[in-house]
Formats: sequence, structure tokens, C-alpha cells
Amino acid sequence: MNDRAWMASRKGLFSLQKQDGRWALGPIAFLGEPVSMVLADPRDGAVYAALNLGHFGVKLHRKDAGAEHWTEIAAPAYPLKPEDSSDPVDWSVKFIWSLACGGADQPGVVWAGTLPGGLFRSSDRGESWTLVNSLWDAPERREWFGGGYDVPGIHSICVDPRDSRHVLVGISCGGAWVTHDGGDSWRLSAKGMSANYMPPERVDDQNIQDPHRIAGARDTPDQLWCQHHNGIWRSSNFGADWQEVRTAPLSNFGFAVAVHPGDGNTAWFAPAQADQARIPSDAALAVTRTTDGGKSFTALRNGLPQQHCYDLIYRHGLAVADDGRTLLMASTTGNAWLSENGGDSWQAISNSMPPVYSVCFG
Amino acid sequence: MATLIFTPQLARFISAPEIHTDALTLRAGLETAFASNPRLRSYLLDEQGSLRPNVAIFIDGHTVRDHVHLNAPLAAHSKVHVLQALSGG
Repeated sequence: MNDRAWMASRKGLFSLQKQDGRWALGPIAFLGEPVSMVLADPRDGAVYAALNLGHFGVKLHRKDAGAEHWTEIAAPAYPLKPEDSSDPVDWSVKFIWSLACGGADQPGVVWAGTLPGGLFRSSDRGESWTLVNSLWDAPERREWFGGGYDVPGIHSICVDPRDSRHVLVGISCGGAWVTHDGGDSWRLSAKGMSANYMPPERVDDQNIQDPHRIAGARDTPDQLWCQHHNGIWRSSNFGADWQEVRTAPLSNFGFAVAVHPGDGNTAWFAPAQADQARIPSDAALAVTRTTDGGKSFTALRNGLPQQHCYDLIYRHGLAVADDGRTLLMASTTGNAWLSENGGDSWQAISNSMPPVYSVCFG
Repeated sequence: MATLIFTPQLARFISAPEIHTDALTLRAGLETAFASNPRLRSYLLDEQGSLRPNVAIFIDGHTVRDHVHLNAPLAAHSKVHVLQALSGG
């Protein structure tokens, strides 16, 4: 669906609708509450919203196609921690950081990535959840650490449309992991990434990489893109290995990436100046786009603020619709912009939103 | 019987009327509330059974400090207030 979108923010879930050729904000759900993630499921039209209630914990709600109201459903929850466990991690969901649909052949399957690093799977549209123990129990998890938060988290879940048992997840900071058997077994899949925030002997360690966001193309699923803490990487074999792309202008630092659903050579990024200066380069906002697999990029600025702009786009703050042309981007400063021509020009949707965590179409 | 009174802030998400219980400990009293209102559990406790960090409980005006065991005793006419801790901005 290309004419409806959602923005999950610090103070509610905002809907966005195109009517009579114009985009406008629509009804707001959970006004005042932090909504960490939103997912629109194209298989059945349901929308999922993850709440991070400051006092009362993480909650999950679903709005079915055609329904007027949201219904609270089960939230992912860790099992009781064994008394003899030596795991220093608190087995408690701090944050739902990613939601993803299972394959078209798996109606009802939904994946959830959380802080502090657990992956959960539901087979009944979120009515119940199971921790994916095979990944949670991996000895390598003890080496993961927080990137942006105090604890590690799973922010990206890519399901291979050719084979729903083939899933890749991105972890800050725990690299990328892949399963070929629906989650029964996992292996690291961050070969080629490098981390200059680590001691020299661990720069290439796959298990401590900080992929800020990993996204793939629907029609060419082998092609994945990663905005990493230290740059941009791409894969042409669903993460079996990664190659650094050094041609992006402005900065190689940022969080978000969106990939054209029909063309894995086309991807958009929202660069920030640097790790230590998380603002647009020269305080002028740009989206960078490649259409040739990273050989070249174009900086797109038309309609974006070019003076005194200090917005940061979080890792889920940039999305592309099914048509590959309509883009939505929203910032930590509460600005939202939409493009209907692949980023060539942008229109402001709002300049007074709460900080936005996540956007999606559908 | 002890009385458990829940913050009206919960009403944004879930009904939580006050309850009366002859439980002898705080945890047992909370379990009485959860028995009739299972969804309430995840609003007050995390999945390990500890009180959520930003939920505050007072028994007869005294702050409950142990958020893990929740084994503070309840007297016959105790008034237990389950409230939001002040936080955020």
C-alpha cells in the first residue's frame, strides 16, 4: 500500500493518509505514550504497535484490517531465568526494537527483536510469543554489548521471500546472524564488516560489529544494504559476505537505510556528520541515493532544510513504499518529510511532531 | 482484610479496581489481584517477577524497598497503594 503510512513516536502513533492527491496526518493512537515500533503486515492488513510504557513495561497492540480499535495482545517476554544462570543480562524485555512479517507462506508468523538481545517468534499474529532459544543460548551472545542503549538489541530482521526459513537479523552490537532452518540454528553472517571502535585485534570480529540497520530488496533478496557504525556495506549473497561501499558523499556515518523493493541496486541513506556530531553535515539535511549498487551516489536536498538543521534520522526513521518511489523520513526533532519521486524532492508533512522512532507504509 | 488500591493511571490501559485480600504478604496480595485480572501482572511486574522499576508500592504509608521478593507483611487492615514512581520529563 502506497497511500497510508505510520510514524511511531515518543508521544504516540501518527497515521498519514493520502487523500485527493495530498498527504495529511490522520488519527493518532496512543497519544502521549511512547511507541517504539510499528509494523504493517501486507498479508492480512493488520498493523502492530509496540508501546514502551515508562512505568508499566513493554506492550504490544494490533489493529486488524477494517477494525476501528486497537487490541492489546501478548508482548514478547523472556522465560524465568534459571537460578544458577551466570548470564549477567537481565532477562526482561526493555524495548521492542524491530518487528517483521514472516513469509507469504507463513500467515500469522511475526518476528520481534528486542533489547536486551532476544529474538521472539509468534505463529498466531502476536497472541503468543516464543523466545528463539537457539540464538539466545549462543555462547557468542555473552560478547554482545549495547550500541546506543546499555544492552544489545536486535533492530533488523530480514526474511528471505524465496524461503521463509532463511532469516537474517542485525544486532547492535552483535553483528549479523543468519538461520536457514527457520531459527533452529544460527551462524554469524557479518564477514567483511569492520569496527574501528574496537582494539586492532578485534576490528574484523564478526560478533562485535555494529550494523545500525540492515535492509533488503523484495524482488532481489540476495542484495542487502547495511548502514554500519563505521560506514556503508552491501552484500550480494544475503549476508554471506559484505563489501564496504566507500563512495557515499557527505559522511559514511548514519543510522537509516531503505532499499528499493524492486531493485536492490537502489538504496537511500540519511547521513549524519559523524559519530561525535550526530547532526546533518554542515547542518544541511540530505538524503543520499545510489541507483547503481553503490558505484555512485546523489545527494538529494530539494525540500529539506539547508540551514540550521540539527535533525537526526534514527535507524527506522526512513522507509520506502512498495512503489519504490514514495519515501517517508522523520527525525528526532519531530520533522517529517515525504517524497513521491524517489527522493528528488521532499514535502514537509509536519515540523512539530514528537521525536520519531520508526516509520512504515501500509 | 488488607486493601490494595491501584493508581488510576492504569485505567488508560487496563481496569484495576481496588481489591480486598486476607493475604499475609505483599506478593500474595498481588497474586490475589492477578488471579482475577491476569493482564495486570505484566503492568506491575517484569517477567522475572520483580516489581517494575518505575512502579512504587506503599504499605500503610511506608515505601516498599525490596522490589524482588515482595515479601513485606500485610496486616489485617493494611492499605496498599500501588502507584507510578515519579520519573521522566
